[in-house]
Amino acid sequence: MNESKIFRRITIGIIAFWLIVFVFFPNILVFAVSFLTRDEAHLIAFRITLENYLRIADPIYLRALANSFVMALVTTVCCIIIAFPFSYILSRIKSKNKNILLLLIVIPFWTSALIRTYAIKTILTTNGIINAFLLKTGVISEPLNMLYTGGAVIVGLVYTLLPFMILPLYAALEKVDIRLIEAAHDLGAGKRQTFIRIIIPLSSPGIIAGSMLVFLPALGLFYIPDILGGSKTLLLGNLIKNQFMDARNWPFGSAVSVTLTALMALLLLANYRTIKSASQKGII
Amino acid sequence: MKSYSVAKRLYMLMVYGFLYIPIIILIIYSFNSSMYSASVWEGFTLNWYKKLFTNSPLLASVGNSLLLAASSATIATVIGTLGAVGFFRFRFTGKNFLYVLIYIVMMSPDIVMGISLLVLFIALNIPLGFWTLTITHITFSLPFVVITLFTRLSGFDKHIVEAAKDLGADEFRTFLHIIFPMLTPAVAAGWLLSFTISMDDAIGSFFVTGPDFEILPLRIYSMVRLGVKPEINALSTLIFLLSLTLVIISRLLMKEKKDPDM
Repeated sequence: MNESKIFRRITIGIIAFWLIVFVFFPNILVFAVSFLTRDEAHLIAFRITLENYLRIADPIYLRALANSFVMALVTTVCCIIIAFPFSYILSRIKSKNKNILLLLIVIPFWTSALIRTYAIKTILTTNGIINAFLLKTGVISEPLNMLYTGGAVIVGLVYTLLPFMILPLYAALEKVDIRLIEAAHDLGAGKRQTFIRIIIPLSSPGIIAGSMLVFLPALGLFYIPDILGGSKTLLLGNLIKNQFMDARNWPFGSAVSVTLTALMALLLLANYRTIKSASQKGII
Repeated sequence: MKSYSVAKRLYMLMVYGFLYIPIIILIIYSFNSSMYSASVWEGFTLNWYKKLFTNSPLLASVGNSLLLAASSATIATVIGTLGAVGFFRFRFTGKNFLYVLIYIVMMSPDIVMGISLLVLFIALNIPLGFWTLTITHITFSLPFVVITLFTRLSGFDKHIVEAAKDLGADEFRTFLHIIFPMLTPAVAAGWLLSFTISMDDAIGSFFVTGPDFEILPLRIYSMVRLGVKPEINALSTLIFLLSLTLVIISRLLMKEKKDPDM
């Protein structure tokens, strides 16, 4: 049985090593750096301080933070509004083509978000197709400035993250037992009532899972404001990126990153039960 | 009821339109001979594609990205496959801790993972470049390989493994002769997904890249920030088609499984 033992060591050992060295350890390092001081010459000086966290409370950064949350929240709400009816219809389709319809949602998931953001840029530019259409039909006489606005950033975020909402919602809605809906109808519930009291509660693991998968990345996707917002609208991701690459203030950048991670952990913990049941049901 | 179902179809069509029309427009205008306009059609041309193939720094970055994607996908697939089998076959202390770490990689925004790896590389004095990019891409792909394989393993008939052990095979032989042959399609799918992740990753790479090794996503990032150019349309079209092919192949490989879920 010696070979079995070696095999066991290898299979578990390598992945354990990798995850500890390249996931656990780096996160601990960032946490540590967030309590240190910035140093012009060596990036970091070993003086322990809470200053980096206090600085987040500075009105300038607090506004950036609040702004970023509003953007992510609006994106999440837009995604739910667009995805819910879509996923509901998709989950009730009984057709051979269903797999293709699903594949069409999965494809954007696996293709470069950067290129898809660029695609949005091409249609929003002043001489892009939307302006050309509106000018030709006479709706407007001057091209609209859609690019480099907060709205363009939201469109870009929704466009990039929509599949992350559709898939878990679809998985949750597909598992809603149709008989429960029929029972509600038999007992005299109207369409609206059935929707609010039966369908929404039963699909809530999907809504929560989808919201997490949209909200968290929406805080970090720094290239979307860079490309579509002209860097005027900052996301948390832009703040971290600027601190690391331009301002070279790693301790402060780390503190912002730790804040983002803590927020993520908080959201995960708050929804621990729903997420656990969602993952048991294979929704995420 | 008929009009209701028409409305449903229309709604679905709108969502698919929202997802695909921008890409389709981008593809169409990559063949437009107009230099400046992203909306006026001035005739068909392959000039932008020709231009791509004479742009040598760009071609170099494509070569770098292919090399990086192939190596990181291969290593991630080996580690992920062995790891998934380990998770499947054995009970051990710290298993939940490893699950949590995999979960962290999946849920953390890429930027958080990117800067944490940057801090690690600087702390360990590892020069930024090919190796740091490889490590980063392996780390990003690993959860997807593990999950793809674990899903496949969970669908196995456990009796086959037990039968192999009853007949005297040790763990390693069972893996080699029973588990691995049944896993092959999932292993290939995991490799393709890792390859795609590596070819597309811009955020993680942004932090851990070095001056001597430029990769395609970062080159695209700097081109895209400057403006809309037909050349970028052509490049984006090619990359989109490549990802599309890889995703479809990986789905076909996984198709033997019944459910259509992710």
